[in-house]
Amino acid sequence: MHIRWNWKRKTIAALLLGAASLWAGTGRLSTRGGSRVRADYPAGRPATVRTVSDDAAARAAFLAAAPVFTHPRCQNCHPAGDAPLQGDDSHPHAQSVKRGPDGRGKYGMKCSACHQLTNLPGANMPPGAPNWHLPPPNMRMVFVGRTPGELCRQLKDPSQNGGKTIHQIIEHVASDKLVLWGWNPGEGRTTPPLGHTEFAGLMNQWASNGAACPETAENR
Amino acid sequence: MIALNVNRRQYSVDVDPATPLLWVIRENIGLAGTKYGCGMAQCGACTVHIDGEAVRSCVTPVSRAAGKIVTTIEGLSADLSHPLQQAWIAEDVPQCGYCQSGQIMSAAVLLRENSKPTDSDIDDAMSGNICRCGTYPRIRRAIRRAAQLMASGGAK
Repeated sequence: MHIRWNWKRKTIAALLLGAASLWAGTGRLSTRGGSRVRADYPAGRPATVRTVSDDAAARAAFLAAAPVFTHPRCQNCHPAGDAPLQGDDSHPHAQSVKRGPDGRGKYGMKCSACHQLTNLPGANMPPGAPNWHLPPPNMRMVFVGRTPGELCRQLKDPSQNGGKTIHQIIEHVASDKLVLWGWNPGEGRTTPPLGHTEFAGLMNQWASNGAACPETAENR
Repeated sequence: MIALNVNRRQYSVDVDPATPLLWVIRENIGLAGTKYGCGMAQCGACTVHIDGEAVRSCVTPVSRAAGKIVTTIEGLSADLSHPLQQAWIAEDVPQCGYCQSGQIMSAAVLLRENSKPTDSDIDDAMSGNICRCGTYPRIRRAIRRAAQLMASGGAK
C-alpha cells in the first residue's frame, strides 16, 4: 500500500506539476543541505522496501536530519570517549560516570542508580526513560564530532550499528522510547532542532530513496 | 498499599507510589542509617540496594522497590560482621560519618563484582559518593582491607 501510494504520488508529480510544486502543497519543507526535501511521512511507519533509488533525495533527507544526531540530547549518550556527556555544552557527566562493560555504567555507578523510567520533576533532576544507557563499548555508535557522511555510513553499517537493517534503524528512530526522550527531556533541557515527526519522516525518506550517504567535501 | 522487603523483613506502607524510597525507609519504616544529602542524586549519601544494585533512594520512587529486595546499611549484616564494616572500623574511616552509610553501600557493590579492585576500579565505583570531611584516603584503604578480608575468609 505504501509502495503503491508512493509510486502514484511521484508519478503524478513528475507528469503534471513537477515534484517540488507538489511537495510544497502539503508537506513541510526543509532546505537544509541545499536541497528541498519533504518531511511529513508518518513517523511511526518505517520504510519496509527500497521503493525508489534516488540518491540525491536520500542525501538531502539525511543532511536535513543530521543536526538531530549531533544535538546534545542525542550526542550526549553517544560520546567519543568512555564518559557520557551532560548539558548543552556536552561536558563530561558529573561524578565521573563511565560507560561500563555493557553501556550501563560500572559497579554502584550504573545508569539506573539515578535514572528512573521517567523524568523527575524539577530543574537539574536526573532525566529518565526506559532502558537508559549508552551504546556498549564494542558498538560505540559515536555521534560526537561526526560529519553527516560519517554518521550516515555508521548508521548503515551492521558491524557498527548493532546488526540492524535499514528498516530496523528507521523503526528505532521512529519509536524507541530512549530516542523519543530527546523530545521530552525534562525541565530546563533544550530539544533537537527538528520535531520528532519531521526527523523520523526525513529518516524514512532517506531510507525509501535508497539510503545514500552525503558525499560532498564538506559533509563527507 | 505498597509491599516492600527491606533487610529481609516484609513491610506494607500506605504512601503515594512516587514517594522517594528514602522517605519511606526513614519515616515509615524507621531505619535512619540512610541519610538525606542533596535530594537530587548528586552526593550518594542516600545509597541503598534494590536487588543488589545501588540506587540513590532520594530520587527513586518507592514503586520501583515494590516486590524487590531492598537492603540498607542496617541490613548489610546483623552483627557488624560484613568485611566492609570490619574494615571501616579497623581503618577508623568516619569523621562526621554522615556520608559513610552511602559509601559502604557503594563499596559493597564494587566488591561483589570485583573482589580485587585496583585504585582505578575504586575511583570508578566511588566517584559518586561525596565526603565533605575528605576521608577518601581512608575509604580507599578500607576497601582494600575489606577485599583482603573477603579473600582470606576473615569476615562474613
